Amino acid sequence: MNLSRRNGNIISVSGLTKKFKDFVAVDNISFDVREGEIFAFLGPNGAGKSTTIKMLTTLLRPTNGKLMINGNDPVRNKDAVRKSFGIVFQDPSLDSDLTALENMQYHAVLFKVPKDVREKRIEELLRFVELWERRNDMVKTFSGGMKRRLEVARGLLHRPRIMFLDEPTLGLDPQTRNHIWSYLKDICEKENMTVFFTTHYMAEAEKVADRLAIIDHGKIVAIGSSAELENQTHTDSLEEAFIAITGTTIREEQANGTDRMRSIQRMWRRR
Amino acid sequence: MSTMYILWLRQVKKYFRTPSRIIGSLGQPLLFLLVFGFGFASIYQKAGQGDYIQFLAPGIIMMSVLFTAVFSGIDLIWDRQFGFLKETMVAPVPRWQIMLGKTLGGATVASFQGIIVFVMSLIIGFKIDSLLMLPVAALFVFLVALLFTALGIAIASMLEDMQGFQLIMNFLVMPIFFLSGSLFPLQGLPQALAVITRLDPLTYGIDGLRQSLIGAGTFGLPLDLLVVVVIASILLGVGSYLFERIQA
Repeated sequence: MNLSRRNGNIISVSGLTKKFKDFVAVDNISFDVREGEIFAFLGPNGAGKSTTIKMLTTLLRPTNGKLMINGNDPVRNKDAVRKSFGIVFQDPSLDSDLTALENMQYHAVLFKVPKDVREKRIEELLRFVELWERRNDMVKTFSGGMKRRLEVARGLLHRPRIMFLDEPTLGLDPQTRNHIWSYLKDICEKENMTVFFTTHYMAEAEKVADRLAIIDHGKIVAIGSSAELENQTHTDSLEEAFIAITGTTIREEQANGTDRMRSIQRMWRRR
Repeated sequence: MSTMYILWLRQVKKYFRTPSRIIGSLGQPLLFLLVFGFGFASIYQKAGQGDYIQFLAPGIIMMSVLFTAVFSGIDLIWDRQFGFLKETMVAPVPRWQIMLGKTLGGATVASFQGIIVFVMSLIIGFKIDSLLMLPVAALFVFLVALLFTALGIAIASMLEDMQGFQLIMNFLVMPIFFLSGSLFPLQGLPQALAVITRLDPLTYGIDGLRQSLIGAGTFGLPLDLLVVVVIASILLGVGSYLFERIQA
């Protein structure tokens, strides 16, 4: 067992930096996530949340810094890291010309879910996200919320040790949002799964996360539980603490071009 | 194995699920067979070359294989644009298996398209030399399909979106088709054209198919086979290398 696992940290990050040419998207950040906790990355659009997730999940090579995921380095030992996590991306990543069931089966094979439990687990998860009746329908006929639910189910299919969720509840109604979170929490407790999610919703971070890191302009400006942050800043809510720490409220209006394109894309898809 | 199978399966399923696409892509080869086949038949006959349909059919079969193969490789760009590629890229499986599975799927689809055009040309009046050589013909079809699917994937790995698509169509795929001896015999060409046709890998694929279907080729089966196999292997290697470097 390696050091980072022994002291209970399933993710440890130190000095992580990502530069795109001259632009520093993630600037020398360090943090640890304990096994079994729900950890939130809270920050405005363009703060570097997605870039960090991409580096943690082997999709992007860091410019600098040390990473450890479940005892493995995502740069050197990609496949070992890939086996240990599930992910729900910010943008849809389903094949809309396949059925819900086929999307699940594809994932099961690629993530080496044992054959004998495959069908049973797929049914279990699809029932949970209330898509079992629609399993043989093409994903292109699904609403935004249904696609999201399917992605969550898919991400859990191979029983990951860590679940990464990049803005998981964007575009979901509150009911589905609560439903998904209560299920995730349940698995966290039962199977000691860790959740790492990004969000720009204060309420979500406050309600769901055991601990959170506030990220702004690529830097982590504060880290701790919601109560700790409130104590440190002598405020009564996470929202006030956030303002005290960053000097601003979360700025939707300063979203960059990509984010604007994304929201337009979402609008079109949801027609 | 199972990784390659599921990628293959996905490709094949999606193809058979869109009959409109299958039928749509038969329009062009049918047009070529009818218009060129009957249009040039009498000139070809007068030049003492015999029946033009006999000559043309293998070329048109390979044309549809070429187009279908390149497209099914290039649809990797759609996977990227619609986000599905990310799902594949975080899977704990070697990249080359993903690339190979996808290539085999694309090649299967393209071969199938070639078989439909083959049947179509039989209906129009194309006659094959011997049934015994059909497996050899099928081998050539599959190898050419493999070669050009790998090329499509290699290209798609370097492109961000569909912007460059027209460029590839006009400056790569169409020249490969026109300069392959699909429409005209390779003998008696001007020097420059003769050289270019011999640099085109499709030339050897068509020559091999012609040899096995109507017993009239230029280079002989061993050379045809060698060239196609070597180029296909190289492109599979290059495709895997470029695919490996994709960052989501």
